[in-house]
Amino acid sequence: MIELKNLSKTFRVNGGTIEALRAVNLTIPDGDIFGIIGMSGAGKSTLVRCINLLERPTSGSVTLDGVALEMLSDKELRAVRRKMTMIFQGFHLLMQRTCLKNVCLPLRLAGVKKTVAEKRGLEFLELVGLRDKANAYPAQLSGGQRQRVAIARALATEPKVLLCDEATSALDPTTTASILELIRDVNRRLGITVVMITHQMSVVESVCRHVAILDQGRVAEQGEVGEVFSRPRSEAARRLVFPEGSADAPVAAREGERFIRVVFNGARATGTPLIARMAVREGIEANIAYASTRSIGERMFGAMLLGIEGGQPVVDRAIAFLTQMPDVLAQEVNVHAS
Amino acid sequence: MLREWLASDAAGEAVEILRTQFPLALWETVYVTLLATVFAAAIGLPLGVLLVTGEKNGVLPLPSWLMKMINTLINLLRSVPFLILMILVFPLTRLIVGTVVGTTASVVPLVIAAFPFVARLAEGSLREVDPNVIEMAQSMGASPFAIITRVMIPESVPSLISNFTIAVTTVLGYSAMSGIIGGGGLGKIAINYGYYRYKYLVMFFAVLLLILLVQLFQTVGTRLAARADKRLKHQKE
Ligand SMILES: Nc1ncnc2c1ncn2[C@@H]1O[C@H](COP(=O)(O)OP(=O)(O)OP(=O)(O)O)[C@@H](O)[C@H]1O
Ligand SMILES: [Mg+2]
Repeated sequence: MIELKNLSKTFRVNGGTIEALRAVNLTIPDGDIFGIIGMSGAGKSTLVRCINLLERPTSGSVTLDGVALEMLSDKELRAVRRKMTMIFQGFHLLMQRTCLKNVCLPLRLAGVKKTVAEKRGLEFLELVGLRDKANAYPAQLSGGQRQRVAIARALATEPKVLLCDEATSALDPTTTASILELIRDVNRRLGITVVMITHQMSVVESVCRHVAILDQGRVAEQGEVGEVFSRPRSEAARRLVFPEGSADAPVAAREGERFIRVVFNGARATGTPLIARMAVREGIEANIAYASTRSIGERMFGAMLLGIEGGQPVVDRAIAFLTQMPDVLAQEVNVHAS
Repeated sequence: MLREWLASDAAGEAVEILRTQFPLALWETVYVTLLATVFAAAIGLPLGVLLVTGEKNGVLPLPSWLMKMINTLINLLRSVPFLILMILVFPLTRLIVGTVVGTTASVVPLVIAAFPFVARLAEGSLREVDPNVIEMAQSMGASPFAIITRVMIPESVPSLISNFTIAVTTVLGYSAMSGIIGGGGLGKIAINYGYYRYKYLVMFFAVLLLILLVQLFQTVGTRLAARADKRLKHQKE
């Protein structure tokens, strides 16, 4: 279990100061996939870098299984970092070393013998589906493959925690999905706690169990993903769930088309029947511009963007119809065609 | 005409000198250059590492007075002209080699002149290493020493080879100069015959050989650096 208590970080930059984190309190349970989402500059990277103390917090405490990390000696901290590894947006592989050598690096750093390390390294390359690339250099791989190598490397020391800072932000949607699937698989099979930093709603929606919303260095809201996304209480959460603009919906709006973002949470409110029912009962035809649904435990959770043609009365009727369903939230959003 | 010229006294003498003295001189030049570069690298590389890692935000921060001292020493040594440096280090040369004249003795001033240069070159190479990769190593619990030996140096090998090549060719130039104060090699021949005895033809051959040596070192160095670099998408095996 990771606990952040009153964590603050202030940067001093030529005269002024930037409060990147302000009294952050978070508890990340073992075996969870915990999302931390927020706008650019919200302090997400700073937060995750404070968890493994790449960045020293100005005040507050980070504890892992009851041990306060900031009290540890350099040597003890290095031992902890082998059990709490990290992957990055930019992969950060050694470009002059083969994939296998990259995966072996943390093992060699931990003092594992070369032959043993290479055997383990191959096993982890196998796990991420890249055993055949063992002797290739990172320059010869695609972005998705590079991130897989980075994941294999992060897993090689059999950590308890995997910290991901925008691990999929440099990848296309299909590759993102496959990397997220890999992370979910790793979480399930190896029981690794995953902390997922992202600015994409879709990433949190598709893999996280819990989420914390970070806004200007503060935790605006936290809880179960379905709970937070279906009933956003804070302004910051609402802004993420009902974004102005087209951040996660690459749609080409037609003349006169209006958009409604629907967030739902509950077994009865799955995608198609809802739209079909709206068409039958209200005579409103909706165009699905974007949809992402999945189950969290027993419940269905999802978000979608509906395009509707017609004037204000039609939009109002659609929203009224949608919100009368249990566990459904609907709101008109301005989607600027990109 | 060529035959006529070859039969002339000047040419005959030059060819004779070429035959009797050049093999040894060539060997001396290569030997002094490589020996001096190896020593200079042995001192300069660790120093270059310290210049990068010892900074305030480096992986192994050193006290700032120490960093200032190292930097000043390097700048100082680099600003003394080589000819003067050779004379300045006579006492040191005598202490180490026992004499100040001769081929082996000329290695000492060459090392003193080259190691600060190598340190700066190594510094440049190591600074090219992606700081994110260094941070990655820190995030997986690498000690400062491990970061230097397993990340920084291996990642900058191609650049280090290129810079090492520059160092070799520079030392080669310096070694030719050491002919003035009794060092052996091609430089000595060029000065002795060309400057003191006006035998320009001999000097010309000595310089030609020096040029060829620089070309050779540079070509080999460039090839090795390119082969060592794995950042290219399509590797040649
Ligand atoms: N080393 C640093 N020195 C000074 N200011 C910093 C430093 N690192 C971060 N900051 C500042 O702290 C704030 C939070 O930055 P951070 O990188 O944590 O944001 P983020 O949420 O990760 O943003 P993004 O989504 O763009 O990556 C920003 O205002 C940033 O300018
Ligand atoms: Mg960031």
